Amino acid sequence: MTSKLKPIFKDNKAFIPFVVTNDPDFESTVNNVVALAEGGADIVELGLPFSDPVADGPVIQAADIRALKADPDISTDTFFDIVEAIRKETQVPLVFLTYLNIPFQYGYEKFCARCEALGVDGLVIPDLPVEERGEIDPFAAKHGIDIIPLVTPTSASRIEKIVSKATGFIYVVSSLGVTGERSKFADDLSELVTRIRTVTDVPTAIGFGIHTPEQAAEMTGIADGAIVGSACVNLVAEYGNQAPQKLTDYTKQMKTAIAGQTSKA
Amino acid sequence: MTELNLELNKNTTGRYGEYGGQYIPETLMNQLDLMTKAYEHYKNDPEFKTELHDLLVDYANRPSLLYYAKRMTEDLGGAQIYLKREDLNHTGAHKINNVIGQALLAKHMGKTRLIAETGAGQHGVATATIAALFGMECEVFMGKEDTDRQKLNVYRMELLGAKVHPVTSGSMVLKDAINAALQEWATRVDDTFYVMGSATGPHPYPLMVRDFQSIISQESKSQLKEQTGKLPDMVVACVGGGSNAIGSFANYIDEPSVQLVGAEAAGKGVDTDLTAATVERGSEGIFHGMKSMFLQNKTGQINPVYSISAGLDYPGVGPEHAALAASGRAQYVGITDDEAVDAFEYIAKTEGIVAAIESCHAVAYVQKIAPKMRKDQIIVCTLSGRGDKDVASIAKYKGVNIDD
Ligand SMILES: Cc1ncc(COP(=O)(O)O)c(C=O)c1O
Repeated sequence: MTSKLKPIFKDNKAFIPFVVTNDPDFESTVNNVVALAEGGADIVELGLPFSDPVADGPVIQAADIRALKADPDISTDTFFDIVEAIRKETQVPLVFLTYLNIPFQYGYEKFCARCEALGVDGLVIPDLPVEERGEIDPFAAKHGIDIIPLVTPTSASRIEKIVSKATGFIYVVSSLGVTGERSKFADDLSELVTRIRTVTDVPTAIGFGIHTPEQAAEMTGIADGAIVGSACVNLVAEYGNQAPQKLTDYTKQMKTAIAGQTSKA
Repeated sequence: MTELNLELNKNTTGRYGEYGGQYIPETLMNQLDLMTKAYEHYKNDPEFKTELHDLLVDYANRPSLLYYAKRMTEDLGGAQIYLKREDLNHTGAHKINNVIGQALLAKHMGKTRLIAETGAGQHGVATATIAALFGMECEVFMGKEDTDRQKLNVYRMELLGAKVHPVTSGSMVLKDAINAALQEWATRVDDTFYVMGSATGPHPYPLMVRDFQSIISQESKSQLKEQTGKLPDMVVACVGGGSNAIGSFANYIDEPSVQLVGAEAAGKGVDTDLTAATVERGSEGIFHGMKSMFLQNKTGQINPVYSISAGLDYPGVGPEHAALAASGRAQYVGITDDEAVDAFEYIAKTEGIVAAIESCHAVAYVQKIAPKMRKDQIIVCTLSGRGDKDVASIAKYKGVNIDD
């Protein structure tokens, strides 16, 4: 299977912003994603809101709650309707971040088929460790969807096992704990990325905690991309219908900061 | 008392039919791998087993009594009723059996800090107690709703030296406390062991908790044999996440003549939205590290649940119970708030036992089923805990003000 995501990292450090689907509503999600694409986002990561996002910190938890409060019985079909509306405006590469129960309830086959049809090229599933990938792998592979694995500073001897199955890109978690802005990252991130690169040529993107242009530059000095969640979600929460302009500006700023970075790892 | 048989369970894969597994963030996987290996090692280690045995006997007051409830039996006029008295354990519930096991494992793994979630507060109290005994740090996560319902247990934990964190996210009950404890663990794994309070979560928790709680049925089986020469016809226990129930069932699962019944919290009724009857009302899903049965909507969002009992209002159930329900080996029945409160008063007045409101869900089922059984038949009902913690809220439920 040839990944649609992998080539994005080829001659360019990738900036991957994140917003939550239906936060605060259908229309805003579409506008916000379009704004991120206009700013130059290389991939947009769309979170599917979940009632109990155990890997997420307070900012993204609050976004999930807003999204579900706006429409408590929101269906997975509506999530796909939002993507369909986005696709009328932009062809920016998209990945979902979703807890496994959502695709499980929808049916893995149907979920992956709809992702393929709408150009959602990858799935980041925080509660799917490599041991359980067999759940969804066959369906994802059939529809050309990358399952993006997470590697963390605690992965230790698990790294080889995790990344040997990777396609698309590898989500390198910057530090322990949950998502949210941080001022400090794990000390050994370069080592972690170096170790990954001895096993695979699948690109890496660092996420969890990145919010300033300086941090984005530093992280793309180590890895092939930077993922920014809580900072974008904060802009959405703070600026309401002014958020698109803010998101475009922020994306441009981050893109400038990482342009010309070369990996030291 | 004979040593706890940690080898009873032949299936150590973490899969119970299609249920179980390890659906948990990568940050925690290395710890779970280490824990699995450590448990597989220590459960065969004679020194570990002796330590465990000594703590269960000398500290927790095991074996617990198997008590023939004569007045209840006569009053209900059917099957003979035996009560497995986990309420008489140190700290007043079955939770201590599991905590001693996990905390001992934590100590052998070199951990110095225990964290736990708690609903009714019994598991938190047990964890705080053993942390004090072992000289370990302890932090307990408890939904804000539950810290209000169970003030006495909050103070008790603090008295034992634990720090209690009221959790204000989500519906502020047990499920949210588990989320918070998992998040805290992900932040600090090196010195910290998460002591899971029920037979739930990712492997190896359901396995370990079942093994440690299987002391309940190991004892009841030999005690009943001694007292009557027979096997029970039915074993009844309440089910929140399912730890006292799986421990009560474990030694009977391979005895097909023994009927196994779990009493779930139906809250205001199995057919209402104010319920926690997971097996009857739930559907298959993946949450809190396991594939099992959950109360959820069609999209897969986990539902808020309700029960008068803070220890039973969990939207899921341990994976082995999901498998026992699927195969039909065990039955699960919903007991409403009203039925449980009636049972609370009934067992107090007939047997002089103030039992936990959780346990009274099992008692309520016994009240229903015993009269329909023959007098030569035997029911073993687990009283998972004592009810002192519930007296104030039952008074309130009945409209009695005992505050000052
Ligand atoms: C006395 C008592 N019984 C039962 C339970 C329910 O837990 P489980 O189903 O794991 O036995 C609790 C939980 O807090 C409890 O305190």
